[in-house]
Amino acid sequence: MSNHTDTVTHPVHRDDVGAKMGMWLFLFTEVLLFGGMFLVYAVYRYQYPDQFHIAAMELNTTMGTLNTIILLTSSLTVALSIAALQKGNKFLSLCFLSLTLLFALMFMVIKYFEWTTKISHGIYPGSPELLTKPNGQILFFGLYYIMTGLHGLHVLVGMVVISFMIVFIARDKVTSDNYVKLENSGLYWHLVDLIWIFLFPLFYLIQ
Amino acid sequence: MANEIAVKNFYNQSTNKHTGILSWLLTKDHKRIGLMYMMAIMTFFVVGMLIGILMRLELIAPGRTIMSAQTYNSLFTLHGVIMIFLFIIPGLPAIFGNFFLPIQIGAEDVAFPRLNLLSWYVYIVGAILVIVSLFLPGGPIDTGWTFYIPYSVRSSTNISLALFAAFVLGFSSILTGINFITTVHRLRAPGMGFFKMPLFVWATYATAWIQVIATPVIAITILLVIIERAFGVGIFDPALGGDPILFQHLFWIYSHPAVYIMILPAMGVVSEIIPTFSRRTIFGYKQIAYSSLAIAFIGYLVWAHHMFSSGMSDTARWIFSLLTFIVALPSGVKIFNWVATMYKGSIDPKPPFLWVMNFIFLFSIGGLTGLVLGSLATDIHLTDTYFVVAHFHYVMFGGTGTIFFAALHYWFPKMFGRMYNMKFARIAVVLYFIGFNMLYFPKFIMGYMGMPRRYYDYLPQFESLQRISTFGSWILVGTIFFIFGYLFHALRKGKKATSNPWGGVTLEWHIPSPPPLENFEKIPTITHEPYDFSQLKEMKDE
Amino acid sequence: MSGNNKHHISYGTYILVWAALIAFTSITVTIAGVNLGRYTLFIALAIAAIKSALVINIFMHIKFDEPIFKVFLGISGATLFIIFLLTFFDYIYR
Repeated sequence: MSNHTDTVTHPVHRDDVGAKMGMWLFLFTEVLLFGGMFLVYAVYRYQYPDQFHIAAMELNTTMGTLNTIILLTSSLTVALSIAALQKGNKFLSLCFLSLTLLFALMFMVIKYFEWTTKISHGIYPGSPELLTKPNGQILFFGLYYIMTGLHGLHVLVGMVVISFMIVFIARDKVTSDNYVKLENSGLYWHLVDLIWIFLFPLFYLIQ
Repeated sequence: MANEIAVKNFYNQSTNKHTGILSWLLTKDHKRIGLMYMMAIMTFFVVGMLIGILMRLELIAPGRTIMSAQTYNSLFTLHGVIMIFLFIIPGLPAIFGNFFLPIQIGAEDVAFPRLNLLSWYVYIVGAILVIVSLFLPGGPIDTGWTFYIPYSVRSSTNISLALFAAFVLGFSSILTGINFITTVHRLRAPGMGFFKMPLFVWATYATAWIQVIATPVIAITILLVIIERAFGVGIFDPALGGDPILFQHLFWIYSHPAVYIMILPAMGVVSEIIPTFSRRTIFGYKQIAYSSLAIAFIGYLVWAHHMFSSGMSDTARWIFSLLTFIVALPSGVKIFNWVATMYKGSIDPKPPFLWVMNFIFLFSIGGLTGLVLGSLATDIHLTDTYFVVAHFHYVMFGGTGTIFFAALHYWFPKMFGRMYNMKFARIAVVLYFIGFNMLYFPKFIMGYMGMPRRYYDYLPQFESLQRISTFGSWILVGTIFFIFGYLFHALRKGKKATSNPWGGVTLEWHIPSPPPLENFEKIPTITHEPYDFSQLKEMKDE
Repeated sequence: MSGNNKHHISYGTYILVWAALIAFTSITVTIAGVNLGRYTLFIALAIAAIKSALVINIFMHIKFDEPIFKVFLGISGATLFIIFLLTFFDYIYR
């Protein structure tokens, strides 16, 4: 190859609709990822309806409900933060985003206590306690850990993304005329919420 | 290429300030990324091919010839993993899709150039992980590329790492898919309606959808197996209530659509080459375009035909068998339209066209034997025999692999600005055809006689057919090295190629060979139908 | 320069939607305590579907975005549905 390399500088091409389209496509991959998990859940719930029923009694509905409300509220604050930025109110937007981060943290803390309580009762994959239970219950708790774990992982990723957005807004890299990054982060966060909307009744509300 | 400095092209223009290798490693140019993919993918193709020839050599005589049974198990696994995840899935979309999709729709680049570069790095990381898994203690994987439960949970080899590599490679595939869909929707040149897009773009677009929608399912399947190996949750373990057949469902929900990721872009290339060398507009443009989408869609409905003998319900078996036959319809539409395009055309049998003829013949055999396997009763007899192996290689290697070479011969002058030796290329087509059929056709017969796939040893009655197959593998591999040889020679010493050596009319033939950095001096406005050969005259006047 | 979608949603709408989501959550929790037999799952999923429709349409703006996004959403939803349906042809009839 020649060493006489010319550098071509692009005029910055910006396509917000394209960026959002890319984000939506990515979200579909997430939907299908969890979709595969929900399929596994559906098959085993179909095969062991009674066992799932009994096992679900052991989950703490109060904590689940609380987490649902927290996550829904965090979705609201993300949406409000975008609305605030659209109106040019940078400070309010930052406040709402920080609130979102706080809610996400609360969600994870509650999740942590839920998991540790279960684990201290000897219920975790492969535990001797769990292995004495019937097969359907083993699968229920296995799925519970995998699916809420995978969801929790997405909450963590979302927290990182939102932290970046806080920095970007503070440094005016995301502004009231260029906020597609924030919108895309919002979309991601809503998806995390959306998945929880299904996880919640499927695990906590089989009474 | 020292004397080309005067002419600006993407080799001497860069998107960044660096020179030399860094200007490639940090490039955002879709053409350079396409070539970087080409380097990596072809390297793995050669590795996979050499593993294949070693296996064939082992099978030249019954009993131990050159390797142990465990080595053989690892080799057929690696051959599958490398050829599928590292060569054939990314092959056409990542190389030719990257290079030509933006050009064919009149765009400067893909929608997300940085993501495009990232997808290449992700691919490389995945490939490195595959290689690392070979050398870590535990040993190379030995489950076959399908990673079937329960062996993939019990095997002590480095399954988890290899699976994680496949996960990473899937991510690369998803990024490419997202990029292409967005590019097609957002960056078409003025006047380029959906029904003025070249058919390669249509095919790649349909492929991109499968990449986006199907790949996540394999991702979750892989994660479940890794979790299973690490924690023993019991999701697929019958002792704990799990269902191993559910693994097969999840695996094939991705892996069947994945074969359409492999073949659809190839069909797109065929739809490009046939009109160009028949000097005739494509017959049934819309039907071919729609049939790509139809294949992508129906490809979702047939996965369990890989599982007829797994123990799933009878109802599911006949439903999936029925649905499988429906895939033949859009594929048939394509084949008939291609043939109809050639009818009364002024055919110019240049090498790319000959490669396509090769494809139609080999792919038809692959497709027709697919019907034999898709029908429930015959599949029970033939499942897990060499018949499946032969079918698979006729479709994938005879189909996509052959078209890989067709695309290489068709677009070589455009990509590199040089022309290869036509005579050598014609000889290669013939040798390839002989070697290919010698290698794989005996497998149909052996499979029908009951030779199981993946076996290290065989009964004496198969010896002569196995031997023919091994001889065929030498011819085929020799031919492929011959092709690489004359193409490599052309790269350095070949005659300069003109901007339109074949008389094609899609947009890539309107720009210089090799193309300049942002493809077009000015984004073109499209007025012609995609395969309107009346523009050839205007193009000559340009 | 292609602009952003200029349809802005007011704070009030968002808060209203949020209130509806919370309301549906309390309904679904309450109903879960009542024994409705085989309809329990169906009702729980129906409420989840309504909630997600609210999130997708308003919070995620899809109602006001490019129509093609809705088509995309339909494609992925339909795919998921088909995967479930066909897999259950195995499990129901086994």
